[in-house]
Amino acid sequence: MAVVVWIAEGTWPACVEAARVHAAQGAEIVLLHVTGTEVPGVAHGAFAGLLGRGHPKGQHQSGGWGSDPGTRLEDLAADSSRQLLQAAAELLGRPCVQVARTGRIEREVVAATEGADLLVLARDGDRTHLGPHSLGPAGRFVVDHAACPVLLVWPGAAPAGPPPPAPPRHR
Amino acid sequence: MVVLVCAVVRPWGWPEAVVAVPAAVLVVATGAISPAHAGAEAARLGPVIGFLAAVLVLAELCDGEGLFHACGAWMARSAVGRPRRLLVQVFAVASVITAVLSLDATVVLLTPVVFATAARLGARPKPHLYACTHLSNTASLLLPVSNLTNLLAFTASGLGFTRFAALMALPWLVAIGVEYVVLRRFFAADLDAGAQAPAGGAAPEMPLFALLTVAGTLAGFVLASAIGINPAWAALAGALTLAVRALTRRRTTVTAIGRAAAVPFLAFVLALGIVVRAVVDNGLASGLAHLVPHGTALPALLGTAALAAVLANVINNLPATLVLLPLAAPAGPGAVLAVLLGVNIGPNLTYAGSLATLLWRRIVHEHDTDVPLGEFTRLGLLVVPPALVLAVVALWGSLQIVGG
Repeated sequence: MAVVVWIAEGTWPACVEAARVHAAQGAEIVLLHVTGTEVPGVAHGAFAGLLGRGHPKGQHQSGGWGSDPGTRLEDLAADSSRQLLQAAAELLGRPCVQVARTGRIEREVVAATEGADLLVLARDGDRTHLGPHSLGPAGRFVVDHAACPVLLVWPGAAPAGPPPPAPPRHR
Repeated sequence: MVVLVCAVVRPWGWPEAVVAVPAAVLVVATGAISPAHAGAEAARLGPVIGFLAAVLVLAELCDGEGLFHACGAWMARSAVGRPRRLLVQVFAVASVITAVLSLDATVVLLTPVVFATAARLGARPKPHLYACTHLSNTASLLLPVSNLTNLLAFTASGLGFTRFAALMALPWLVAIGVEYVVLRRFFAADLDAGAQAPAGGAAPEMPLFALLTVAGTLAGFVLASAIGINPAWAALAGALTLAVRALTRRRTTVTAIGRAAAVPFLAFVLALGIVVRAVVDNGLASGLAHLVPHGTALPALLGTAALAAVLANVINNLPATLVLLPLAAPAGPGAVLAVLLGVNIGPNLTYAGSLATLLWRRIVHEHDTDVPLGEFTRLGLLVVPPALVLAVVALWGSLQIVGG
């Protein structure tokens, strides 16, 4: 049995806890973090929009005004991804595999669940009440497209109280 | 046109000035622009360029003093576990840094710090990064030094430093407000995800000297314009103060400071100004004149700003400013400032600031072949039209109160 745990910023500890509870002893646990390309991409774009600054071309830029912040962001994101996975592995306290991917987040997660038996992810959205929307765009795509069973967990304690009343029926 | 194409395409990685400067020499040599006109343009742009160089040096030295990292440490400390609070702080810091130290400082120096701060807090970085890049455009409305487009318009409008800031303060606040409301809703899921990293790190040491120098420079701007001196001198004084300090502490070298002044960029701006002047003198003015609305009534201002925003998105906001300024200037400062609203807020609509740059980057597959343009453009469509319209209305209101 292989359990993929999607480590996303802000909500991952609940996913790791759920994996501890629900993954069978001896199951292979994969901690997955995906770094989106859009964040460095936005910085690349902002830098490219500064016309006439005489930026040197190429990846290895000098410091100062000629250095593309997007490239710095790619390095920082790689570091951050490593640290997150490390923290998640420590919280899990079981043997596991750490996988760091880069790309479009939702597509990389779906691709990483190929052949898995379970995907654990957390809901996004407002934590103070139940519903109405519990998934961000990436989470929505993953739930819709994952080919394996999906375990959707609350990032913290679920709020008490009944769900909102049902809409009136049309007769 | 060739100069513009080369500035976007940059054959063989040359600095833009390599093409622009010979082109400027050429238009003078062929008589497309009289040496007297070229001289006048250079004399008009000279102080602008000096101003720009001083602000670039000032910003880079502030970075050397640790100002940007201190901002990051401050945000990381007071926004533990609260991404929405972090967003407010990113808005405040990015708006002030863009306004005072120019948009280059926000894009190049602040963006990595904001990302590192979000990562340290364990928050999702996307809303904060978008805020940074959007504000580098939107928040560059306030002062003549915030954006090169402003410096060009500042000299063309004939406004004083304080008057410029007084007229633009309300549009600046309104545009930032629209950005905040839209981004907060657009990235609600990411902001609600929280940030689980524990608090940590000692209180940041604020680089007091750099802060005081920047504050003094700002006061110098106001004072200089009040007594009729070019405010560029205040920027120079601020840059020199930090430079002397950094040099005596051996934190930097004269060469590094010279590099921070970005001389090829300054040469490019000067050359582009002369070339555009030649083009405008030789018929572009009469050709485009009927497109630019006249007067400073609200509909005319809206039309001017919309035209400027469209042109900025097609070519780039720098050439768009140079083309539109001579056409708008006769209608008075109101029209010039409306052009600025268009060219400064508009670029948030298109990835990389303009279609020309975007297309070229797609052709050479530079970095961002996998950037989802859909999200960027959707956000731009949600932000730019309301921000532009409301900012123009605010400008119109300021013109009624402060007077053009």
